[in-house]
Amino acid sequence: MPNPIISVRNAVKTYGKVRALDNVALDIREGEFLTLLGPSGSGKTTLLSAIAGFLSVTSGSIHARGAEITHLPPEKRDFAMVFQGYALFPTMTVAENVGYPLRVRKMPNAERAERVRECLELVQMSGFADRMPHQLSGGQQQRIALARALSFKPDVLLLDEPLSALDKKLRADLQWELKALHDRLGVTFIYVTHDQDEAMSMSDRVIILSDGSVQQEGAPAELYNRPRNKFVASFLGKSNFVPAQIRKQANGTYTAQVAQESFELSAEPEVNIDGKACLAIRPERVRLGLPGLECFAGRIRQISYLGERCLVLVDHEEFGEILISQTTWNASLPPEPNMEISFGWDCKACVPIAEN
Amino acid sequence: MSEKTRYWMLALPALALMMIFYIWPVLNIFGISLTEPEPGFGNYTRMFDSNAVKVSFVLTFRIAAITTVFCLLLGYIVAYTITTYGGRRAPLMLGLVLLPFWVSVLVRSFAWIVLLGRSGLVNDTMMDWGIIETPLRLMHNELGVLISMVHVMLPFAILPMLANMRGISQSHMMAARGLGASEWRAFREVYFPQTLPGVFSGGLLVFVLSLGFFITPALLGGGRVMMISEYISYQIQELLRWGLATALSSALLVATALVLIVAGNFVNLRKTFLERK
Repeated sequence: MPNPIISVRNAVKTYGKVRALDNVALDIREGEFLTLLGPSGSGKTTLLSAIAGFLSVTSGSIHARGAEITHLPPEKRDFAMVFQGYALFPTMTVAENVGYPLRVRKMPNAERAERVRECLELVQMSGFADRMPHQLSGGQQQRIALARALSFKPDVLLLDEPLSALDKKLRADLQWELKALHDRLGVTFIYVTHDQDEAMSMSDRVIILSDGSVQQEGAPAELYNRPRNKFVASFLGKSNFVPAQIRKQANGTYTAQVAQESFELSAEPEVNIDGKACLAIRPERVRLGLPGLECFAGRIRQISYLGERCLVLVDHEEFGEILISQTTWNASLPPEPNMEISFGWDCKACVPIAEN
Repeated sequence: MSEKTRYWMLALPALALMMIFYIWPVLNIFGISLTEPEPGFGNYTRMFDSNAVKVSFVLTFRIAAITTVFCLLLGYIVAYTITTYGGRRAPLMLGLVLLPFWVSVLVRSFAWIVLLGRSGLVNDTMMDWGIIETPLRLMHNELGVLISMVHVMLPFAILPMLANMRGISQSHMMAARGLGASEWRAFREVYFPQTLPGVFSGGLLVFVLSLGFFITPALLGGGRVMMISEYISYQIQELLRWGLATALSSALLVATALVLIVAGNFVNLRKTFLERK
């Protein structure tokens, strides 16, 4: 990547024998919305803290616009951070909170007041300048924390699970707002979350971490459509895994052999040819039909109705459980428990993954 | 019997004890001050005229104030260290703060006499090392009283501040630094203001306790540093002036109450004395 705004090279962080970061390397493009996604303990917050300067990496280096900042204290890095618990200063008013980074930077009073007003407007909190943080709701505090972080026009905004304390509806609203804010300001966002919906809905690029190392990175659609391993396939959305034999055909194409069926693969798979592998298939890409219509036979065990979709759990004697997601609107086959059915999928739905 | 009456009945024994052994004697002290040796305000006029009493009151407030300042300074550092860097050792560190409570004040004060005396441990050691030629006067003066007072009062300063600091999230300091403030500035502008309630509580506690403190100043002062409580005991035990002594006691009680009332404007007294975490 040419001229990344931040690049992390071979970052390792150990706590005793635990490797919280295991040789992480990543480049962050200027202006992008990057999300570090992973379950708790995956190292995502450790990585963010290392970038922010709150903890030092055991080895490896961090660069900002080409200059090394590995050992720079956080206040010298000029990144802004929004914390999980908002971390508004309880002894200061909303306006003082938002103006704090400007006061630290010795901006003259009049100019500062103007900038504070602008920032409060940006997050639609103009009427709240003189309130104390404890007088605000969680969502309002979050907006103020955001305004405070943006007030000094940082290049990079680091967000550590900023929405996790809010209820679902508010979280969804703020996701749209955050994305709109990012697109409007052009600031680089580095966003940490364990919530895949959050990651998918806002990010330009997602980095999936597990056990301190990068599992895969890419645009949300790319990660969803082409997961590289079982972890990614099951952490980002749901996947069915079925055992398959990957073979190269005489005409140069590749096929995946699943039971008696053969699926043609569109590209050369990144797995051992002729070795053991499996196919990851998204639940919504599995078709459900009357017995004999599709290539595999099964029996419906359980149905879970979710409104727009319903999840159907099917037992297959070889694959075990297969999860199928069906739209409920105009469904061709309304599923019933214990129904004998058949299921199958297109070649395009197959994602070959190494078995391990 | 209503719920309310039942709870009052439960509180009754303690209440009765307080009435008989505390409120009643205090009222009696007040009564004696107005009747001994003859009825009237004679004791109070004598008290306000006496230079010795004035000196003792000033001394008492000065020692209490200096003790408070040092307890807060030292205690703040201890409390901050325990909360910030204690980690898994925090309970042990807290235990060490509380440990002196297991030893009576009398024993602790005598220990200081052993340390600070003319041929005490401190003087002997410094003379052995050739730092000083003649022993320093470390006790039977204000210095000695202050040293031991600070030692005795320190836990009372630490505990309220510790309780307060435990409620403060570390993320505030991190946020301030992330926004560009140096470590010292973040501490000064973001952390410290949040600890002020704890500082006020601890300070008030130490100050009020110091005002009426007896054993330590009496032992370490050696009769030369006469704080008001010792002055009172002197009036009774040596001069049998019950009237003046009770008037002084009443005055001390009123003075302490005044301190609390004034402080009540700045500190949440309920939190300071009742709701210790």
